[in-house]
Amino acid sequence: MAITVPRPNLNWRERLYLPAIASGLVITLKHFKNMIFGRTKVTMEYPEEKWDPNLPDYYRGAPALVRDTDGRVRCVACQLCEFICPPRAIKIIPGEIPQTDRFAKVEKFPDAFDIDMIRCIYCGMCEEVCPEQAIFLRKDYAITGFTREDMVHHKDKLLEIGGVMHGVVLKWNQRK
Amino acid sequence: MDYFFIGTSLLKIAGLLGFVLLLMNYAVYAERRVSALMQDRLGPNRVGFAGLLQPLADAGKFLLKEQFTPGQVNTFYYFLAPCLAMIPAVITISVIPFGSTLFGVPMVIADINVGILFVFAIASLGVYGIVLAGWASNSKYPFLGGVRSSSQMISYELSLALAVIPIFMLVGNLRLTSVVRYQIDHGWLIAPFIGDWTNLGKWLLAIPMFISFVVFLIAILAETNRLPFDLPEAEQELAGGYHTEYASMKFGLFFLGEYIAMIAGSAIIVTLFLGGWHFPGIPDGSHGWLFGLINITVFFTKVCALIFLFMWVRWTLPRFRWDQLMRLGWLFFFEIALVNILLVAIILMFIR
Repeated sequence: MAITVPRPNLNWRERLYLPAIASGLVITLKHFKNMIFGRTKVTMEYPEEKWDPNLPDYYRGAPALVRDTDGRVRCVACQLCEFICPPRAIKIIPGEIPQTDRFAKVEKFPDAFDIDMIRCIYCGMCEEVCPEQAIFLRKDYAITGFTREDMVHHKDKLLEIGGVMHGVVLKWNQRK
Repeated sequence: MDYFFIGTSLLKIAGLLGFVLLLMNYAVYAERRVSALMQDRLGPNRVGFAGLLQPLADAGKFLLKEQFTPGQVNTFYYFLAPCLAMIPAVITISVIPFGSTLFGVPMVIADINVGILFVFAIASLGVYGIVLAGWASNSKYPFLGGVRSSSQMISYELSLALAVIPIFMLVGNLRLTSVVRYQIDHGWLIAPFIGDWTNLGKWLLAIPMFISFVVFLIAILAETNRLPFDLPEAEQELAGGYHTEYASMKFGLFFLGEYIAMIAGSAIIVTLFLGGWHFPGIPDGSHGWLFGLINITVFFTKVCALIFLFMWVRWTLPRFRWDQLMRLGWLFFFEIALVNILLVAIILMFIR
């Protein structure tokens, strides 16, 4: 069924269009004027001005490995994050902890831990899945590099971004 | 051979061409800044102080891009079209008096007695650039753009030509310098308060002149494919219109041709309606070269103000529908311009 679209009956002033055009011009000029005199402040000019202090705690930036308060890498190389990672950005080579070590109970540690930041989609699944709370998404977002190799974050870089995390779940804690 | 004449003419051509090309580059920059500011954005502000070197960066980008020619195009016309879009607009400027005199040399490149006819004749060649581009691209959307452009330009050329007839009924001469001279003697055509403001006939004549001005302004907007009438290059409908298949400097020529046409259009409006290089209280160049320079500055200031008006209109109004455009051109402006001629004739009959 055809629908009849009601057309408004314009009076002669509206049909002349000129008053509407004039009021439109006034609106754009007002915006222009406010921008010229700096009364409108919308744009944040990025490299000079940053929003970093206002980033929320749940911000999902670059994933990073953390150390605990004893200075030990929390990661136990269980490879769950490698398994869950949707774009397969994480590559872990586990190493074995010798029986004589103080933390022998932990069994494994990451010999190499690479995150390819070209592949990473900042989904946070690695953080979700980690049983040791060893990997966190930090607030770094400007990840740059000149080559593909530059864009791979190795273990030391990840630890540097991560820093120290205070927490409770520690498999190698003496009390457990 | 008059070597003085040839030498000064060449100097004027070089100077004016250089200045107009500079103005055009900065018109592109201004368009981007003005549009940005009207939309509460910032626009290009990184290259140089406040982005003032942006035109250089743009030119570099255009020149260094790949000269890509699509496979199915009609090569000769494909290459001819950008030149045809640029050249007529530049030639138009040659008959416009852009200043009084400088060291006794009149500041107009060619002071010919058919002035405005020459402008119309050359400006209407601009349509060939667009039509050829649309045709030679051998592609649907450019073709539609070319067809739209040809019908639009032909339609609006009528009201364009009819709108200036009242001026020449008043001035009695097609020479653009004498139009400016008339406005110096009798006040600007749309501003009767300049000069001898007690003359009632002048106020009476200003009414049809203002109508002429509005019609001419709108027709120039349509001729230069500016936004309320930019159907030939409607990005949203035609994917860029006639220059869809063009890249690098060939596209650049279309783009710059449009801006030069805008500058030329503004210059014609300034000459015909806004008193050319005249500003009340400032004498002409015969009183010293400083005044000659001031006259030139006044002229280009007026041109820049009009260009700003064009941009302002562009970033305010939405695009017309095709049937509205044709209706407006043929049923309103054409008639208004015709009646306006009659009006001027009647007024002139009574006050002369």
